[in-house]
Amino acid sequence: MTRAHPYRPLHLAAEIAPGAVGTRAAADAVALARIGEEAGLDFLTHDDSFSRPGLDALAVLSRVAPATRSIGLVPTVTTTHTEPFHVQAAVATLDWVSRGRAGWRVEVSRGAAEAALFGRRAAPPTAALWQEAGEVAEVARRLWDSWEDDAEIRDVPTGRFIDRDKLHHVDFQGSVFSVKGPSIVPRPPQGHPVVVVDATRPEARETAARHADVALIRAASPEEAAGLRAELHRAARAHGRDPELLRVLLSVPAGLPGLPGHSDPSGHSDPFGHSGPSGDSDLADPAALAERIAAWHGGGAVDGLHLVPADPARDLPRFAAGTVAALRGRGLFRTAYAGTTLRDHLGLPRPVSQYAPKGADA
Amino acid sequence: MTESRPARKQIHLAAHFPGVNSTTVWADPRSGSQIDFSSFEHLARTAERGLFDFFFLAEGLRLREHAGRVHDLDVVGRPESITVLNALAAVTDRLGLAATVNATFNEPYELARRLASLDHLSGGRAAWNVVTSSDAFTGENFRRGGFLDRADRYTRAAEALATVRELWDSWPAGGERRRFAHDGPQFRIEGEVTVERPPQGHPVVIQAGDSAEGREFAASAADVIFSRHSEPEAGRAFYADVKGRLARYGRRPEELKILPAVTYVLGDTEAEARERAALISRQQVSPQNAILTLEQVWGRDLSAYDPDGPFPETDPDPESTLVQGRVRVADPFAVAARWRALSEAKGLSIRETVIEATGRHSFVGTPASVAAALEEHVATGAADGFILVPHLTPGGLDDFVDRVVPLLQERGVFRTEYTGTTLRSHLGLPAPVWKAGTP
Ligand SMILES: Cc1cc2nc3c(=O)[nH]c(=O)nc-3n(C[C@H](O)[C@H](O)[C@H](O)COP(=O)(O)O)c2cc1C
Repeated sequence: MTRAHPYRPLHLAAEIAPGAVGTRAAADAVALARIGEEAGLDFLTHDDSFSRPGLDALAVLSRVAPATRSIGLVPTVTTTHTEPFHVQAAVATLDWVSRGRAGWRVEVSRGAAEAALFGRRAAPPTAALWQEAGEVAEVARRLWDSWEDDAEIRDVPTGRFIDRDKLHHVDFQGSVFSVKGPSIVPRPPQGHPVVVVDATRPEARETAARHADVALIRAASPEEAAGLRAELHRAARAHGRDPELLRVLLSVPAGLPGLPGHSDPSGHSDPFGHSGPSGDSDLADPAALAERIAAWHGGGAVDGLHLVPADPARDLPRFAAGTVAALRGRGLFRTAYAGTTLRDHLGLPRPVSQYAPKGADA
Repeated sequence: MTESRPARKQIHLAAHFPGVNSTTVWADPRSGSQIDFSSFEHLARTAERGLFDFFFLAEGLRLREHAGRVHDLDVVGRPESITVLNALAAVTDRLGLAATVNATFNEPYELARRLASLDHLSGGRAAWNVVTSSDAFTGENFRRGGFLDRADRYTRAAEALATVRELWDSWPAGGERRRFAHDGPQFRIEGEVTVERPPQGHPVVIQAGDSAEGREFAASAADVIFSRHSEPEAGRAFYADVKGRLARYGRRPEELKILPAVTYVLGDTEAEARERAALISRQQVSPQNAILTLEQVWGRDLSAYDPDGPFPETDPDPESTLVQGRVRVADPFAVAARWRALSEAKGLSIRETVIEATGRHSFVGTPASVAAALEEHVATGAADGFILVPHLTPGGLDDFVDRVVPLLQERGVFRTEYTGTTLRSHLGLPAPVWKAGTP
């Protein structure tokens, strides 16, 4: 039964950091992921930095992968001090162990304190860090493409395991680093794991427009969100991209009454926190939250919502049981996963390798 | 002495995922994916069913090349070690999880954090195989390029490991997070870690280099050596050499386990096992691989030679850059002379010679004779156990676990259940001494 929906599909995601700083982290993260998966969320993000207590986010979500089946897994991996070659290999591997459910939230490491943990370079200004992050995203895509999909041939008569004409040196020359390639990891199941960029900071917006499959924004009104979305679409088009392939999700800090959510670095007030500076009843009144999500999404302001709970263990179950259930009740959100990969959930096609012969199966 | 040994020396066992090398047979119809998670899961679950100490993943940070092009005759490509092991922690309970991670192209802060994360996520089962490849060829994939002289590979590795240990110690579980500061020739870093001290205190440290410097590094700082000396004689010499270096560091012989990489072939009779071994060798050394193996020693293009024909007349080129991304053949002239002599003495073709010279399996026989040989090897001081390198993915360990492990248990030389939960406990290693940081 195919029925044309009068609206674009709604996408929902949630943040699960910070996790525990020790051995409890595995069980906690698996429990949250199962709640998110039960709710049919597109993906979970797990934020990370070298300065905030917590385990390596990509490690946590790799541990979660075999304990889940469908939900997308999007760790933050920073690009300032980590080798680009290692970043892309780890994200590609997360895609392999999750069978096509990996994403990567690109972030930078700002400040002298984080630079001192590595002792290799002084911290450049934020704008330069984001330009570098864009280059890392670019080289990651090239390396993911550096193995064409059908490179492994296992041709017994000629004794060849691979067709080496289908493996490519990427010879990337960036402004501050270069990478030879090809990747050591075969092309990941999704072709490109999903790239997520928090476009809240103006310095990150260009990188989001150019490289992101999903951009996260913050806005105080549907009008502001629609404006940001249109701006991202315009910029994506200017980079030769199809803006229809860029999903824009509103990041919403959420807590309980009297508990302001996650503090918002952009200085925006909580858009769904409705009446007062003390934060509001967003999760205490799940139906009202569902109402607002439906209105913002239906009005074309955003493609969906990225919930950033103040306390994931407390807030995510309420969001799932209340708000998601209400959205499902209104037929606005999936009741089961239709596809198996994160790209499927987001309605994004699997890209053909940039090194594949032109006219190859598109 | 006529009576049997009172307490038999226990064997440690580890499983190596079939790798990017010519041991791995990919042309066999039973050979499955080298990259799908299901292959890793199958092998790890099999190893755990066999009560193995740990599961081991190798690493190579640049695809091997031959004459400027990616080497295409062996398995190519593998996932990133630590990430796969974190996923395997979800489908295993007790099995140790060992990642090979390069000390040259990684920084201590990130190494400490990623390995501590693996140790937490696996409940104390992590190990780090510290390798040191520092060639400029590999460096082309990294920001700093080939920045390190080969001579300094262990200087950096030793300081990296010492620094990583300082970081692991800087946040005692349940205690105060303290600032660390390390100021040395290789690293000047300071700050705070984000992860509590790992459940094992320090994940188990493995070392796999073979030079004098490598052995010294292992004696000073490693818990396990992954050795390539699988032959009894060479094994005993290596074992005595390395164990003899420990006293200098105030360490006892049992604090460093020596585990050579070994292969095995089983049969219902000795003759059947030998037949199967010969077949596997022919699969491992395809005609194309025979020529390539020769080229790796000679450093010359020998593609015009017939693998079923006689040996080349030319001598090796010691300055060759034909082969990249592999450990170099130390003395190509000696190897070439040995192989030529072998070929002439037995009238062997190129392929037959390569099979004869390189296609050796460490243990070939019935399950009973292999179990006896493994015990003998350990009892006579050639090893503390073995890293088994199966030749098939993912089923290559099945017969060993089903048929040999029960015999080792009957002989009283292998555990019948896991008694501890951490890799350190499986290996019988002491807890690391906790050192308070500098500031
Ligand atoms: C049995 C064995 C396994 C090894 N595995 C790896 C590996 O997976 N990745 C790697 O980069 N180097 C590997 N190496 C290389 C060594 O770690 C080391 O870097 C190299 O042998 C140079 O050190 P050396 O001069 O002391 O031998 C291995 C060496 C041995 C003997």
